[in-house]
Amino acid sequence: MNKKQRKMLIRIIISALLVAALMLFPVSNSYLEFALYMAAYLIIGYDILLKAWKGILNKQVFDENFLMAVATVGALAIAIYERLSFAEAAAGHGEGGYTEAVAVMLFYQIGEWFQSYAVGKSRRNISELMDIRPDYANIEKDGELEKVDPDEVEIGSVIVVKPGEKIPIDGVIVEGNSTLNTSALTGESLPRDAGTGDEVISGCINMTGLLRIRTTKEFGESTVSKILDLVENSSSKKSRSENFISKFARYYTPAVCYSALALALLPPIVRLIMGISPEWGDWIYRALTFLVISCPCALVISIPLSFFAGIGGASNAGVLVKGSNYLETLSQTKYVVFDKTGTMTQGVFEVAGVHHNSIEEDKLLEYAALAESYSSHPISKSLQKAYGKAIDKSRVSDVEEISGNGVTAKVDGVSVAAGNTKLMKRIGVEYADCHSVGTVVHMAVDGVYAGHILISDIIKPHAKEAIKELKRAGVSKTVMLTGDAKNVGEQVAKELGIGEVYTELLPADKVSLVERLLEQKNGKEKLAFVGDGINDAPVLSRADIGIAMGALGSDAAIEAADIILMDDDPLKIAKAIKISRKCLRIVYENIVFAIGIKLICLVLGALGIANMWLAIFADVGVMVIAVLNAIRALFVKKL
Amino acid sequence: MKKTYKIDVDCANCANKMEEAAKKTAGVKDATVNFMTLKMIVEFEDGQDPKAVMQDVLKNCKKVEDDCEIYL
Repeated sequence: MNKKQRKMLIRIIISALLVAALMLFPVSNSYLEFALYMAAYLIIGYDILLKAWKGILNKQVFDENFLMAVATVGALAIAIYERLSFAEAAAGHGEGGYTEAVAVMLFYQIGEWFQSYAVGKSRRNISELMDIRPDYANIEKDGELEKVDPDEVEIGSVIVVKPGEKIPIDGVIVEGNSTLNTSALTGESLPRDAGTGDEVISGCINMTGLLRIRTTKEFGESTVSKILDLVENSSSKKSRSENFISKFARYYTPAVCYSALALALLPPIVRLIMGISPEWGDWIYRALTFLVISCPCALVISIPLSFFAGIGGASNAGVLVKGSNYLETLSQTKYVVFDKTGTMTQGVFEVAGVHHNSIEEDKLLEYAALAESYSSHPISKSLQKAYGKAIDKSRVSDVEEISGNGVTAKVDGVSVAAGNTKLMKRIGVEYADCHSVGTVVHMAVDGVYAGHILISDIIKPHAKEAIKELKRAGVSKTVMLTGDAKNVGEQVAKELGIGEVYTELLPADKVSLVERLLEQKNGKEKLAFVGDGINDAPVLSRADIGIAMGALGSDAAIEAADIILMDDDPLKIAKAIKISRKCLRIVYENIVFAIGIKLICLVLGALGIANMWLAIFADVGVMVIAVLNAIRALFVKKL
Repeated sequence: MKKTYKIDVDCANCANKMEEAAKKTAGVKDATVNFMTLKMIVEFEDGQDPKAVMQDVLKNCKKVEDDCEIYL
């Protein structure tokens, strides 16, 4: 609670106690009674009256302050008028009139107070969720640690991060091993191990060991600053629903005010002309009820709050949304277009299998890794990685590289040939064809065929599940675009269950293909493009909505995309869509609920069925329910 | 040129009104008020002095919502 809220709460309590006391112990002296009710009224409502007056001076007549001021002053006036005209008979009635006026103001203020409290609370909650800002960096000086502002740390300095602290600046570990908690950045709860030589990004929490890190970026350029900047500026781009609501509020309030005026004047005048009693008091009371119902607060507050909570919940799950308009577009996504390499596959070459081997798998890999150990080709690297042990080059001799074919060498004195089919033909060895897609390294040991090793780009572990989830989330069409060879692309698409695939594309082809798909779909359906941000920035910006994944450390992706998945798990695409759907559902619920209840109450009020108490519910009650509903958008864990 | 200012305002509708008022101020190309993060992002027209323009923006905002503040 801030100072303003505390002050308001005290005013609410005093005024409520005063009214309750007056209702329990009626004061017989009518002047004293009036004075006491007026005191309660002014305590709770003086600022509203003041604001309404200032609004009139500034030619800003129709706002909720004005509505409330007119409604309550009107109710007081009716009460006084009724007391004066039916002095003895209606003593009870008049008292009711006073209570009503004070109560309307009281409940209105309680509503306002609740709203400001709820908004402040969720504002704090959401910023806590995203609380990754490091406050300081430790620098070692003369053997002692000194805390400095991360802004002052120069590139290349060595900073010390103790267990439990946040890594303040991007860098490379020069000393120490530890486990890092990246959940604030990626939403991934599984901790990650890091040791000397590993690159680490700011915002992770160091959990176990002391780390010395050489910084590679300034604080302002570090991941954590970039993300904070992005999060703080998100929800500045307004969605269509938000714009609709602010426009609605602009016309709605004056419209209701004029209707209320008409309701107060027309029926009595018509009745006068018809020669029946005009019943001014009754119609003016109805008009005032109308005014109380009409406050647009519930709508105006709950819509941006829903979006804000949705964006906050998403960022907690590792999905950064750059604005509420993107959340809205995402919820209408029917077409999802993927890039292959780096998005659905890991983009690194790995040994995917060893087939037709006549000797042990490990032995074959060992031979291959050793024979290829003098090559710097990615294939050779992946062989060495699969082998997993240090390469002792002294075991290798007589290395002969045959360009475009492969390599022959002697390993531990045994002659080994590793290469493609051409090499096998060249040395006259019968080989077995591979039916899988990828690069195949055939092996001959001692002149005898020993099997082949399949090296391919590995499909991400969750990729297949991700496509299934997307379909379950209502995505009607999935398309994959790749610059890779036809058989590779088609194989991956088939394995993942992606409907359409276009292969051997240049970056420019991807743009024109996306444009063609954009023409195909009908108006309301939206197209999302998912890429890893590397050389697909033009496509990311051309699609209705661009989703970049694995954005940690890739500035280009953060700039170009509208939605950013912090880690590179494709399952998050479906999650992001579900979050957006939930958020938008809440937004529509609130719009329909708030406008619906208000309209019903307005009709009831005009017919004279609804009194001020119902009116106050229509205003404050609806607002409270809408705000609570909006906060639901924050909870996205189970989606 | 774009600049971001911290603001203080109590209700969402008032924030919308501030946005309208800021947009209509001379020298302002576009303005967005974000009620949830309590920020105002103002895009100035070329060759305008943000400091002078912001004084007018503040004045206009005070007109529509007396109880608001822009931290310049």
